[in-house]
Amino acid sequence: MKIFWVLTRRELASFFCSINGYVIIAAVTLLIGLSFVVLMTNLGSDPSPMPVTEMFYRTYFFWLIVLLATPALTMRLFALEKYSGTFETLMTTPVSDLQVVAAKFASALVFYTVMWLPMLACLFIVRHFTNQPGSLDAGTVGGMYLGVFLVGCLFLSLGCFASALTRSQVAAAMISFVLGVSLFSIGFLAEAIPVAAHWQSQVLSYFGLFEQMHDFARGVVDTRAVTFYVSLTFFFLFLTLRVVESRRWK
Amino acid sequence: MNDNAMIAVTDLTKRYAGRTAVAGISFTVARGEIVGLLGPNGAGKSTTMRILSCFMPATSGTVRVAGFDVFYQSDEVRRRIGYMPENNPLYPEMRVREYLKFRARLKGLNWRRSRERVGTVMEQCGLAEVGRRIIGQLSKGYKQRVGLADALVHEPELIILDEPTLGLDPHQIRAVRQLIKSLAQKHTVLISTHILPEAEMTCNRMLIMYDGKILAADTPDNLQRLMAGSSQIIAEIAAPADELRETWSQMPGIEQFDVSPCEGEFQRCALTPHDGYDLRPAIFALALERGWIMRELTRSRHSLEDIYVQVTRPTEEEEGE
Repeated sequence: MKIFWVLTRRELASFFCSINGYVIIAAVTLLIGLSFVVLMTNLGSDPSPMPVTEMFYRTYFFWLIVLLATPALTMRLFALEKYSGTFETLMTTPVSDLQVVAAKFASALVFYTVMWLPMLACLFIVRHFTNQPGSLDAGTVGGMYLGVFLVGCLFLSLGCFASALTRSQVAAAMISFVLGVSLFSIGFLAEAIPVAAHWQSQVLSYFGLFEQMHDFARGVVDTRAVTFYVSLTFFFLFLTLRVVESRRWK
Repeated sequence: MNDNAMIAVTDLTKRYAGRTAVAGISFTVARGEIVGLLGPNGAGKSTTMRILSCFMPATSGTVRVAGFDVFYQSDEVRRRIGYMPENNPLYPEMRVREYLKFRARLKGLNWRRSRERVGTVMEQCGLAEVGRRIIGQLSKGYKQRVGLADALVHEPELIILDEPTLGLDPHQIRAVRQLIKSLAQKHTVLISTHILPEAEMTCNRMLIMYDGKILAADTPDNLQRLMAGSSQIIAEIAAPADELRETWSQMPGIEQFDVSPCEGEFQRCALTPHDGYDLRPAIFALALERGWIMRELTRSRHSLEDIYVQVTRPTEEEEGE
């Protein structure tokens, strides 16, 4: 556990002590700001029955951020270390593969959570300038954030896996982007399949990230969705661990 | 097997897809030795070291470090080694002291102990004045010392250094060698190099590797003695060439000789003795007796360079293939 903290601290430091981390934060803040502008124009024109959080998520900037920022965050985790050779110095110290994978994932997750903080500011601005205290209650904001967090877990674990596969950061980013977009599009497949094909559309609907996020943004926490995200995250982290271990396979 | 051995390698083989990097080598390194792994590029030195440091598994064969198997007890082994890979990879964005502390903590030292040890190794490696500098901005020599300090920080029993002086200037090379020599009392050191004088100067014992095999393993002195059998004696004597030729052909212990004229009346005689037998006193006595003027009498010692070139040269049958 001690080693896990030491590793996580170093990973976090490499996010926050380099230009990369701040470039990502700046880009994400820009996108959040853009979505805020879109939101404001919509709210200004006519009244809406939707919660503000749901409208936020409706702007589509949300998925752009998730799909673009997570590969950028995770691509260097393993690929850079393999490329520069520090992976060798790291793995020849008495650390376990699990500690390394867990620390890298945890640090990416912490950074990801910090990266979303500007959105909170936007929500508070909305609350400050509308004189309706009910327009933004803690439940919907919490649900939204839980959704953002869970989606992040899934996409970051995917990125970890992609990064462990290769020693090229660009390849890692592309693999995780393609995997992420595929996963995201599977949900739409459910709508395309005719209702007659019953169980298929049922299965595919579990992959409907878009619809699930919809619920979270309304403040509805569906345990099926939570289980889905958590188990898929663990699945990809397990794959990452196997890839890291594969170096020692005979 | 010798229990006292720090490293015991038996029939180690490593095959990459379609290529054998290490072909069934065996060697042991005793505690407290400084052993040089010497060979041209691509001889399998780095592969051997990566297996020793538990980074890669061997295809077959067993490797034990301090009595622990590198594959099955890799945790125990990794706790006991300090490994500096080739090209010395570091995190360029970290500061020197911060990096060394991070490494010390990774290697299981507690907070207080790591602070203590980092201070010591920084002193030892001459890093005291660059502790707050960012590693990426340091000169190559300093980076190399950071790598060395990292290998030493947890006081490992075995230190494995892959090409520790690669790309350094002569001054820095000397400093690094000095440092390695100073480690000898407390640690066992295995260094790899393709530069011969380096091994000659720092190591108690050398393993010469070529094409995945160990061709020779001995102390630098013994290796030289091994080759002395074919050493030559050069004598420059002012005497008629015919008389010299006659004398040499009658003298016992000379296998071959060659007399060639030098400037003036001096003749240069190249004599090959039997079995490294030292002919010099006999020649000197002869010259005194006959009243010859002699201006040079030397035995050309085969340097390790010759040995190295000789053992790492492909044999004739291999060339014939």
